[in-house]
Amino acid sequence: MITAERKPMEEIIESVRPYNRILLVGCNECVTVCAAGGRKEVGILSSALQMAFMQEGKTLDIKELTLERQCDPEYVEELVTVIDQADAVLSMACGCGVQEVARRYKDKPVYPALNTLFMGAAERQGVWAERCQGCGDCILGLTGGICPVARCSKRLLNGPCGGSTAGKCEISQDVDCVWQLIWDRMKALGIENRYEEVMTAKDWRTSRDGGPRKIIREDLV
Amino acid sequence: MKDFEPVIVAFCCHYCAYTAADMAGSKRIAYPANVKIIRVPCSGKVDTIHIMKALENGADGVYVAGCLEGDCHFKNGNLRALQRVKQVQALLEEIGIEPERVEMVAMSAGMGERFAEVAFEITDKIRKLGPNPLKAGMENAKAA
Amino acid sequence: MKTESVLEKVFNSGQLAVTSECGPPRGALPEKVIEKAKMLEGYVDAINVTDNQTAMVRMSSLAACILIKQIGLDPIFQMVTRDRNRLAMQSDIIGAYSHGINTMLCLSGDHPHFGDHPMAANVYDLDSVQLVQTVRKMRDEGKFQGGDDILNPPKMFIGAAANPFADPFELRVARLAKKINAGVDFIQTQCIYNMAKFETWMQGVCDRGLDKKVHIMAGITPMKSVGMARYMKNRVPGMDVPDEIVKRLAGVSKKEQPQEGIKIAVEQIQRLKEVPGVHGFHIMAIEWEQKVPEIVEKAGLYPRPEIK
Repeated sequence: MITAERKPMEEIIESVRPYNRILLVGCNECVTVCAAGGRKEVGILSSALQMAFMQEGKTLDIKELTLERQCDPEYVEELVTVIDQADAVLSMACGCGVQEVARRYKDKPVYPALNTLFMGAAERQGVWAERCQGCGDCILGLTGGICPVARCSKRLLNGPCGGSTAGKCEISQDVDCVWQLIWDRMKALGIENRYEEVMTAKDWRTSRDGGPRKIIREDLV
Repeated sequence: MKDFEPVIVAFCCHYCAYTAADMAGSKRIAYPANVKIIRVPCSGKVDTIHIMKALENGADGVYVAGCLEGDCHFKNGNLRALQRVKQVQALLEEIGIEPERVEMVAMSAGMGERFAEVAFEITDKIRKLGPNPLKAGMENAKAA
Repeated sequence: MKTESVLEKVFNSGQLAVTSECGPPRGALPEKVIEKAKMLEGYVDAINVTDNQTAMVRMSSLAACILIKQIGLDPIFQMVTRDRNRLAMQSDIIGAYSHGINTMLCLSGDHPHFGDHPMAANVYDLDSVQLVQTVRKMRDEGKFQGGDDILNPPKMFIGAAANPFADPFELRVARLAKKINAGVDFIQTQCIYNMAKFETWMQGVCDRGLDKKVHIMAGITPMKSVGMARYMKNRVPGMDVPDEIVKRLAGVSKKEQPQEGIKIAVEQIQRLKEVPGVHGFHIMAIEWEQKVPEIVEKAGLYPRPEIK
């Protein structure tokens, strides 16, 4: 899932300050699951914005709407009936959703209310952690199902570095040394002998380094 | 300002604070009329948006009254309520409103006196804080 | 001989090698580099030049290496994979070799989190093992990492680091083996204070015959004070400073602590000389380069062999 966090109120307030009529658009997918930009968060942000401006003697005309999926044109199309009643859109989707709204409604300013963070998984209620960098050439089969590209602070493919201490990364006690996790897992799977095979330099073309990526499925187009 | 009488919304759990309020009534223990009670089946039923909307609609203070720790009828509704209260406090701080306007309190069904005490304390605190700043903002704008 | 490296020649002569290091200045002060290098002249076989150590911006390792080379000394060009991608690293390697620099140390580098630019992008196009592999391919196959031929390929004697004190300990010999598989020629270890643990690691290295495949240089850092010992013990990731060291330094007056630190370093070298597989010493006297000659002399590593 894509994870995100709300931007600081001050930044959001300043972005919508020039406008009176705001269309506040949430998304029912990932950002709902990570409690950043679903229907609930749309309501709370709407109320907080209203209160922020009321202190200055201004009331906003905020329309709240949460789309099924803000990164999908067919759902973004639903805004067509209300978009003209807004001076600006404030999107609580991930960056993909924000861009989809901007692409579809070319003359309408769109502002992000969230900072999109990472592709991750829920560790427990209310805690999400990074798991995947979308490098485009998955090596999880070689690393016991634990990704060093996303989870090693130095993305070492031949770790652990000399800073691994008691299972933690040198940068923080709150970060697991992923190579400790990989090694433990290799032992559990009985594949320790594979450790000494050098993982050669990665071809980053399949990652963001090769330029913006696109998937075209001929069977579906 | 002198004759400011705050409006305070109290979300009261049916299993404790609401019953405590009832008990205060039957024991004829007075508590301030400023406190407007909303009965909820559990303090955990109170969502962030309910507290926000109370403030947005003009309440000067809001509190959520739930069961004592470990006594929640639904196991941990009171703890969830506390987390939401903290969330609202943080949000208020971000938009320049005193977080003290929102509070979480705990009591049991038998604590009629405590219910009244809390009601007095919070009313007093909010009276000192003054009216919800949204009202002043809107009135100033109207005057201008 | 794979290279013209003085360090390689010392190893091949069967004598213990000695290296030290020089951290380039945080500004355009070439005279500082030369001053530090000259302090070491005649007492070490080669001088490591750090590459933005602790993730702080300094004069480039390459530039400082050239300055040292120009005064007739032998630098070891340290390179971290943190700051540059494979294009930049390979071009710097060719550049270094064009200036007669023939010895390298391949590292991943401290995370930017620790330095003065924590906001910097973290490159890590390659890791240290892959950098070793790249430099070896450049030397032995005459090819760039991308596969094209190099005109006059750089012949680098390839070093890497090893930290026997990091976790998991059981992986530390295996990681060395991995670096050997990648093509490393020599290893400089993390500063050693926990002698017993180092000896256990070396035993593991020798048991697998890895000491025959790589030259291991034991890392020595003299303590200037008990404060430094405590700092290294508690604050530096991957450092193992036993209580005895702290106690020993605390046991003498503040004025005598530097001398005690040097004494400890000399004793460590004496003991490590007897450890099978140790082929030399890497003395990292942090901002204390002037003490290196004294340590080298007292440890019986002076004079250095004449290498033609």
